[in-house]
Amino acid sequence: MTLLDMVGPVMVGPSSSHTAGACRIGLAAHHLLGEAPRHAEIGLHASFAKTGRGHGTHFALVAGLLGYAPDDPRLPDSFGHARAAGLSFDFEHIELADVHPNTARIRLRGDSSSIELIASSTGGGVIVVSSINGSAVSISAAYPTLVLQYADRPGILARITTAIAAEEINIATLSCTRDRRGGSALVAIEMDGPGVHPGVLETFLRYPSMQWVQLMPKLMDG
Amino acid sequence: MNLEDIMQAPAPASEWVLERDCEESGLEPQAVREEMRRRITEMRDSVERGLKNDAKSITGMVGWNAKGLWDAPDTLNAPLLVRVQAYAMAVNEENARMGRIVAAPTAGSAGTVPGALLGVADHLGIEDDQLVGPLILAAGIGKAISKKMFISGAAGGCQAEIGSSAAMAAAAVTELMGGSPRAAVHAAALALTNTIGLVCDPVGGYVEVPCVSRNAFYAVHAVSAAQLALANLESFIPPDEVVTAMAEVGRMMPPALRETAEGGLAQTPTGRQIMERMESGEMDPLPLIQ
Repeated sequence: MTLLDMVGPVMVGPSSSHTAGACRIGLAAHHLLGEAPRHAEIGLHASFAKTGRGHGTHFALVAGLLGYAPDDPRLPDSFGHARAAGLSFDFEHIELADVHPNTARIRLRGDSSSIELIASSTGGGVIVVSSINGSAVSISAAYPTLVLQYADRPGILARITTAIAAEEINIATLSCTRDRRGGSALVAIEMDGPGVHPGVLETFLRYPSMQWVQLMPKLMDG
Repeated sequence: MNLEDIMQAPAPASEWVLERDCEESGLEPQAVREEMRRRITEMRDSVERGLKNDAKSITGMVGWNAKGLWDAPDTLNAPLLVRVQAYAMAVNEENARMGRIVAAPTAGSAGTVPGALLGVADHLGIEDDQLVGPLILAAGIGKAISKKMFISGAAGGCQAEIGSSAAMAAAAVTELMGGSPRAAVHAAALALTNTIGLVCDPVGGYVEVPCVSRNAFYAVHAVSAAQLALANLESFIPPDEVVTAMAEVGRMMPPALRETAEGGLAQTPTGRQIMERMESGEMDPLPLIQ
């Protein structure tokens, strides 16, 4: 977190955690889907479920799914903009174990793909993505972040990190999980600076066991 | 970077804080200064809108307080007090109307820093360009606090939000008035010391009551802390220990008093009535949701 996250973000009210943070959670889902969203199932946990209505949390999440930033004046009218953009959505109350009170689970579908993420808004507009497609991660959105899912085979991670090094990009953090030996692996790589060129995604997709790649830009101000 | 580090920094503390933060983030100091300057303009813009606008918030609980105070006669002959309070409420009423504001550190506490900093600056005729350093120091104080606790009402009660904002504003005003880094950090500690234990009990769950008036009170609280520190009065408990105590109190606070609207003002007969009207759909801002 930087100074610009402490005096900031510039945002549409009324709550940094329930409005700006919620918008960023929606934005994270928007970028991870990587195409126009068509339908969203949005689960609200604890404080998001209890006091979200009073904080515009629903508007903010949908605004994020449309790709709007927390200071976008269209945020309060996001439901209307979603209808116009062909995005439908449902809200439900959910109970998750061992997560921050301000947590949402988003299942987002586009024309050709879908993703599921769980993310928390921890205060002041700061968010943490804790799960993508069922795999545990810890993404702060304070860095451009590569997310890759592939069949668990030897050497894939080395090829990915070598390609990033070839662009002279420094890796800030890296997490790798898999559902079982030889199963599906998910890697999240936070990068310093502007991150890899989006063109590199094509290269990754050509790796034989690669299933899915997305580049989430930095969502925080700092 | 904790409060002790900032206290030991060479003056002005804001420059030292900015250099340390940019080493960590890789951002250019000049870019951060320019962005902070832009945020001062955003703060001023929200103050100006809020002082003119008396439209009600979605629930109708707030919306006319800032303009009401600004237009009223200054009976106590205390123009600084009026300015600081009105500016703070102007920002928070804009926030309650889903207007554009600068979170500092949160949206619910967004009125405190502009209330105190712009209020004092306008009272004394200080230009906005002079506020960039103090605002950077405010951010540094907030960052030092956030190392020890989550800055959200849900995690630590209102003390985490309004207490942090008051500490940030107190340090900013102290540096603006030429106080030393030591004085600025002690101003922050004094502000925190006198906010510990404050619960988050928003009526109906909205960022309106008591949030709007609370920003007016804690903007004044921040100026008060700066006044003491500028006279070289200090917090008896060292500043970082005060933050630890606040974090500890936050952990001990029952969930009913942490933004859930299940205790305090939210559960008074009037508070419950608001909640019922909201649940019945009479005040529901989201009629589209089943």
